[in-house]
Amino acid sequence: MIEINNLYKRFGRLQVLNDINLSFKKGECIALIGPNGCGKTTLIKIILGMVLPDKGEVLFDGHNISRGYQYREQIGYMPQIGRYPDNMSIGQIIAMMKEIRQSKLALDEELMHAFRLDELSEKKMRTLSGGTTQKVSAVLAFLFNPDVLILDEPTAGLDPLASEILKEKIIKEKEKGKIILITSHLLSELDDLVTSIIFMQDGNIEFFKTVEELVNETKEVKISKSIAQILKKQHHE
Amino acid sequence: MNRITKFVVINIIRNRIVLIYTILLALLSWSVFSLEDNSSKGMLTLLNVILLNVPLVSIMFSTIYIYNSSEFIELLLSQPIQRWRIWLSLFSGLAISLTIAFLVGAGIPILVYSPDKLGFMMVSVGILVSVVFVAISMFASILTRDKAKGIGISIMTWLFFALLFDGIILFLMFQFSDYPIEKLMVGVTAFNPIDLSRILILLHLDVSAMMGYTGAIFKDFFGTDLGLILTFLLLILWIAIPFWISLIKFNRKDL
Repeated sequence: MIEINNLYKRFGRLQVLNDINLSFKKGECIALIGPNGCGKTTLIKIILGMVLPDKGEVLFDGHNISRGYQYREQIGYMPQIGRYPDNMSIGQIIAMMKEIRQSKLALDEELMHAFRLDELSEKKMRTLSGGTTQKVSAVLAFLFNPDVLILDEPTAGLDPLASEILKEKIIKEKEKGKIILITSHLLSELDDLVTSIIFMQDGNIEFFKTVEELVNETKEVKISKSIAQILKKQHHE
Repeated sequence: MNRITKFVVINIIRNRIVLIYTILLALLSWSVFSLEDNSSKGMLTLLNVILLNVPLVSIMFSTIYIYNSSEFIELLLSQPIQRWRIWLSLFSGLAISLTIAFLVGAGIPILVYSPDKLGFMMVSVGILVSVVFVAISMFASILTRDKAKGIGISIMTWLFFALLFDGIILFLMFQFSDYPIEKLMVGVTAFNPIDLSRILILLHLDVSAMMGYTGAIFKDFFGTDLGLILTFLLLILWIAIPFWISLIKFNRKDL
């Protein structure tokens, strides 16, 4: 459903993405991992059309995204650091997004109730803590029942209870056959979530494997350990 | 009205700065007209006040507003909206709110004291100048990501058009006073939207008789209907070109 072909991006002297080729299908939950500054967020922003690639193309349902914007109706995006207009309240932000999208499909307000954001809807965005802002981002990402969910560090900054709620929600959506793309540093959190793993380094894709392949190759049960083992092996070579 | 434009306008109207600007314009205009015994004199005073303040408020408020909207722009970019529509909505939201402020603050007193061609010209010039400087601020704020730099560029632009430009013109006129440069001067004014507006209004006031030979040449051009239409077209170009360049840049910007 999403296909990325020969993607290049350079910021000044830094080659952030170097010939990226990927393809995601429905029902996959992909973890995008790698050290800081390896190009994860840039890749996500290119899929969203926020950053424009130097070369290469991204196909969404077979259509090049540079020629359209409608495809974003099918994407829910949760940014790493959600930035919202300071003087708007939670309720106003959500109402504004609803009005902009004008979606005819049923809204998915499950997370809003689970996070109890409806009780805070009068609060202004500038008064919110980092965690509550993350909750707002999560609610907005899931609100319109998108086919693709792009979550950039979704659980960073959330308390254990909230991050458990979010994880359950992600699993539930995965079972509905959606594509879910997660970036995270907390490898232990990914264990029961993901079906495949992409490891990026310095703008290159080191590997793109399903969890079974990884486990078979390394004979480890935990994803974090098997990745560590692969990295060690590559290091020695 | 477009949904996003509506949000921008509501957001700006809620902001007290524009309200204060409206009140300030109203205070100035009403007091100028009630102090002078004939409305033509009042118009001349008001013209100078408006041409100094309206561009300053328009360009500064818009520049700061655009920088403060960076979160809003980012939020909208991940939604199914074309990029140009976001930028255009921001522009029209700013232009509409500053136009309303000018109309309410200065437009009403002008039309009450001078409900003729001159009054309407003055109001349209005021609106056009407001929008010109909104467009210039869009251009200034797309040039750099740094808010302080962007505001600096805006202040310098205003300073250049409001004060420095006239200085340069005066200097040139003294230097080349032996040559017939009057016609050239008409052309040079096209490069400054504030001068363009000032000369247009001045030449429709009685005072133009006192401006000597250059005034006569200017009157030949700006005083005619053709000159009037051309001046308005030039002011519209001053809106279209900076906005168009900023739109192209915004479409290619990484956010």
